[in-house]
Amino acid sequence: MFYNLFCRHKCRHDEVIILGMRILAATIVLLLVLLTVLLFKLAWPAITKFGISFLWEVRWNPINEVFGALAFIIGTLTTSFLAILISTPLSISVSLFISEICPKNIGKILGVFVEMIAAVPSIVFGLWGIFSLAPWVQDVVTPFLKNTLGFLPFFQGPSYGIGVLTASIILAIMITPTICSFCREVFRTIPEHTKEAALAIGSTRYEMIKIAVLRPSFSGMIGGVVLGLGRALGETMAVAMVIGNSPRLSLSLFAPGTTMASVIANEYAEASNAMHMASLGYVALLLLVVTLVVNGFARFIIWKWSPKI
Amino acid sequence: MKIIILLGLLLSCLSLNATVKINGAGATFPYPIYSKWFSEYQKENKDVEFNYQSIGSGGGIQQLLKQTVDFGASDAPMSDEDLKAAAKPILHIPTVMGAVAVVYNLQGMPNNLKLSSDVLIGILMGKIVKWNDPALKLQNPNVNFPDKDILVVTRADGSGTTSVFTEYLSNVSEEWKTKVGNGKSVSWPVGIGGKGNEGVTGVVQKTQGSIGYVELAYAITNKLNVFALENSQKKFVVPSINSTSRAASSLTDKDYNSDLRISIVNAKNKDAYPISAFTYILLPIKQGNIQNSEIKKFLLWALTKGQKFAPELHYAILPKRLSESLIKKIKLLKD
Repeated sequence: MFYNLFCRHKCRHDEVIILGMRILAATIVLLLVLLTVLLFKLAWPAITKFGISFLWEVRWNPINEVFGALAFIIGTLTTSFLAILISTPLSISVSLFISEICPKNIGKILGVFVEMIAAVPSIVFGLWGIFSLAPWVQDVVTPFLKNTLGFLPFFQGPSYGIGVLTASIILAIMITPTICSFCREVFRTIPEHTKEAALAIGSTRYEMIKIAVLRPSFSGMIGGVVLGLGRALGETMAVAMVIGNSPRLSLSLFAPGTTMASVIANEYAEASNAMHMASLGYVALLLLVVTLVVNGFARFIIWKWSPKI
Repeated sequence: MKIIILLGLLLSCLSLNATVKINGAGATFPYPIYSKWFSEYQKENKDVEFNYQSIGSGGGIQQLLKQTVDFGASDAPMSDEDLKAAAKPILHIPTVMGAVAVVYNLQGMPNNLKLSSDVLIGILMGKIVKWNDPALKLQNPNVNFPDKDILVVTRADGSGTTSVFTEYLSNVSEEWKTKVGNGKSVSWPVGIGGKGNEGVTGVVQKTQGSIGYVELAYAITNKLNVFALENSQKKFVVPSINSTSRAASSLTDKDYNSDLRISIVNAKNKDAYPISAFTYILLPIKQGNIQNSEIKKFLLWALTKGQKFAPELHYAILPKRLSESLIKKIKLLKD
């Protein structure tokens, strides 16, 4: 019957499809709004009780019902930015190597391997982090950093292997394929004759990559980094397993820390009272806000720094 | 052909009707023994099917209050408010017992070092930070402790294990009770948090100088070093399923006749391991409900024949007097 209806009014065919698409598109927006509303509802008791001071309160004590998110916010931002710091140069070099330097066939195989990292479940990363990465950080990375950069407050204090640094390294590895494949796509859009032109005016291969590949892809690369950052901010399982989960503030990167996502994952299932649950909701709301703000900021950078050709 | 299909459908309908499906949810700690029990019980009683979701003690109580499950399970007894909120009166049936072992990893150290409750509190409060602290040496005079930092490893996720452990700490130290308290997640003065028993086990195994707490089964299966803890009678006891069972043997008749929401940490028995606890099945008292009467039959089986499966899975069995009084209690309930 519907089929007949469509056949008779051929001109309405498109309209129906467009209407359907509009509804679907609106649903996505609605989903985000509903999600926010739901989080607000969950967090409301905590919002009314703690107000904005929740943001700079350090204590998190489910027994006395005193909750504050500062340690979690700082933990999330530190690990994510550290991960970006490690991962960005790595991913850009890897994608440059794959798309510009190594032979095409080997590059394809390498690319598949890098992208396969993205398919590894985060719990596997977490286990690997506890059993391999953490001891390595404790025995190799920490002494090296202490000997070279030990004068900085970030590299002082005891290291147990488990801590902010290990979590950041895990995150860096996890977001590398994301940034990498994005960068490769960006590099692929650069026309071959631009590169040839650069070579023709006498530049070396290094200079060609610098002026003909890297410079025009700058905003694209930032886009990739933002995608990676988005993943790093929300990553939960692997981080919860290696960060040490202690809501105490410390300047040292060797010290244990905690993140917003991991505290929610850890304490949600067995929250001891209603205020505890509401505070976890508040943290979730903040995580949403932080993610949106960071994304917005990055978009602003792209828009501002896009090369004007 | 049609007749065969019809017959088949009829048969499957009949067999579907014959099985009683029972849903339960709750604690993760007894999950291995419960699933063993369900599968063994089903071998004998083909018409009953159990489905148990190990979503955590808190979740089990919530589901029970919402009446989405036929029974709940919890490591910690229900609070008075929760009991009041329940639609039907709820009976606490202890099924097996568990212990929390304090484990450590320090190269060259013998197993079962002695640890008094004062020193344990000192370590967890951050007052004792080195292994060669005189307080530790006092109880273990023959051991040469190295000058190494102690790393405290706690549970980061809310858990019944933490609840039992902190209950013990609050029981032995007034300072702990006022400064930290007890609950499923507490604000630890020192240390780092691992996720789950397996997380704490992993960190302790990988870190020299660490001290953590895990369920006894994890300490045994992962061959971790465990402390012999000082109990209420000033005796140092190694955690084992026997010393855990002992913790319940000091219960009195008055305890048996109560609702059994009792703590057995720091029990009076001289061979009792101090950090022991029951795990409960929460049974709503209903009449004329087929699921409910099947659960009662199952519980009677679990408290008698079922108990022998407990030790191989590292759970402590209930003392005979307790299981007998429980059986009496269950039999008194009307179907």
